[in-house]
Amino acid sequence: MNSNHPNVLEIEDLGVSFDGFKAVDGFNFYLAQNHVHVIIGPNGAGKTTVLDLICGKTLATSGSIKFKGNELRGVREYRIVRAGIGRKFQNPSIYENLTVFENLELSHPTGRGVLGCLMFRRTDVIKNQCNDVAAQIGLADKLDTEAGILSHGQKQWLEIGMLLMQDPEVIMLDEPVAGMSVRERTETALLIRKISKDRSVIVIEHDMDFVREIADRVTVMHLGKILAEGSMEKVSNDPKVIEVYIGH
Amino acid sequence: MPLLFKTIFKNRGEAYAFGAFLLLLLVILPLALPVFRLNLVGKYLSFGFVAIGLVLLWGRCGVLSLGQGVFFGLGGYCMAMFLKLEASDPVTTAIQSTPGIPDFMDWNQITKLPLFWEPFKSLPFTIAAIFVVPAVIAFIIGWALFRRRVGGVYFAIITQAIALILSLGIDGNQGLTGGRNGITDLRTMWGWDIRSENAQYILYFLCVGVLFTIALAAKYIINTRLGRVLVAIRDREDRVRFSGYDVAMIRTFVFAFAAMISGLGGAFFVLQVGFMSPSIIGIVPSIELVIFTAVGGRLSVLGAILGCLIVNFGKTTFSEAYPDLWLYLMGGTFIAVVMFFPNGLAGLIDLAPTLKMKAAALSARFRKNTPASSTSIPATDEL
Repeated sequence: MNSNHPNVLEIEDLGVSFDGFKAVDGFNFYLAQNHVHVIIGPNGAGKTTVLDLICGKTLATSGSIKFKGNELRGVREYRIVRAGIGRKFQNPSIYENLTVFENLELSHPTGRGVLGCLMFRRTDVIKNQCNDVAAQIGLADKLDTEAGILSHGQKQWLEIGMLLMQDPEVIMLDEPVAGMSVRERTETALLIRKISKDRSVIVIEHDMDFVREIADRVTVMHLGKILAEGSMEKVSNDPKVIEVYIGH
Repeated sequence: MPLLFKTIFKNRGEAYAFGAFLLLLLVILPLALPVFRLNLVGKYLSFGFVAIGLVLLWGRCGVLSLGQGVFFGLGGYCMAMFLKLEASDPVTTAIQSTPGIPDFMDWNQITKLPLFWEPFKSLPFTIAAIFVVPAVIAFIIGWALFRRRVGGVYFAIITQAIALILSLGIDGNQGLTGGRNGITDLRTMWGWDIRSENAQYILYFLCVGVLFTIALAAKYIINTRLGRVLVAIRDREDRVRFSGYDVAMIRTFVFAFAAMISGLGGAFFVLQVGFMSPSIIGIVPSIELVIFTAVGGRLSVLGAILGCLIVNFGKTTFSEAYPDLWLYLMGGTFIAVVMFFPNGLAGLIDLAPTLKMKAAALSARFRKNTPASSTSIPATDEL
């Protein structure tokens, strides 16, 4: 990483309004390298919208999003992905008719153009990479299973695995443990800690215990704005945060 | 070579099905049918080109175009313009006030060949145009629409509007295009009489050969990563986009490819039928092309070709006997397909083993009076 940019992602004064309603307003966010940065906040606080803005799904009306010093506003989604930002959706978004292996393979970054797709060959390098990622997400014995019949938690992991195939520098996870059992949550926390060793992770989450386990830094959002930011300990003792969110 | 074979055919069954179909078209039908009927088969097969395009575009990628007749027509008109110019030499047309131009231009008081007709004096240019014109136009339309995320019903409506615009445009410019009558009275290609029986046989075999080459190419695409990405786009567009694929570009490519092979079909139609008119490229024929594909199986390359043959045979047979009933029958067939077997005739092949298994289980139960274990057969839609 270039030392000129200690932060992988620098978001300043980001805002978006839908017909006058400001979903995100004056949002500042700095993602440090190899950090797990969790965004929490009540429903409708604008957390998912922030992810949408970063990955280009929603176009910002003001502010800037800089990834390693390059402006991302106005860049097409697939180019943002290719630059190195991967995103997991709130509901597991995988290819149900394909096997786990094929899901992973399709996410491999070689040959994403039309010609590249036609020329694509299943090489040993790619096979090994799929196997490695499958082992990381605990699906090594499910490679030939059709993704549609995986459990909910396994689908969530598979989608994280699909992101890992792209080897992005920033991974954004929208409620990765929603609908998971306690044991699955623990495993997911371990997984997130592990993948953040060589990349930065943004997580949106509700489960406070889970956040406590994974977060290096926490940003609390409320009504489109930042309410508090800092370590989990600092944030959870903030009277404003307790009032709008945790205290309930 | 074995690798290529493996990419095209996923299993032996598919290769046998292809072989059997080729045997039917190349040996059995030419021996069994008089040349008039064989020529009709050739005409139906020219729709098969469009159907293959729809398998990729609609079946695999989930983009329904109700305007494929446009590209069929563009290719057909390119071919027809060349043939018409060759049929309009100064000697044959000496009786006209301006000899050497197509007859319909003369009737419309046009005294000089319009500029855009000039290059169609050349056969190599014409052949190139048959491929390039539909592909380029589809690329422009596709790029403009897919970039703006136009899809689904809206895309279908827009393509339908384009079909209407083109057929009206041709209709309204009689002097330039032959208007509603189309371009008729086509005779020779580089001096070779395309109306003779001999020529009709040759054109038929050429048509089958090119069609199956395209069919293999389409199967190749389906079984490469591009084929898997197409299905992925159909089922989970956003995930594909956020895996770093340029979804708009991939859709545009498939649309342009489908248009290119449709144009080729149009050219074979003109060569075998001997005329081209706006009634073949408007809304109704464009929808019919979708019906052929749906009946045969929109996921299956062979199925779609078969659909063109069966529906058109039905059309010829029934409309000769009961002209009034035909439309109801075709409409009914389409509804039945959509409601009961959405993957068309080719989809029934997937059902067959399941039914057989069920029947076997049932009979076993009756015979031995033991409960049958439930079995499931994975569906294959790769044929």
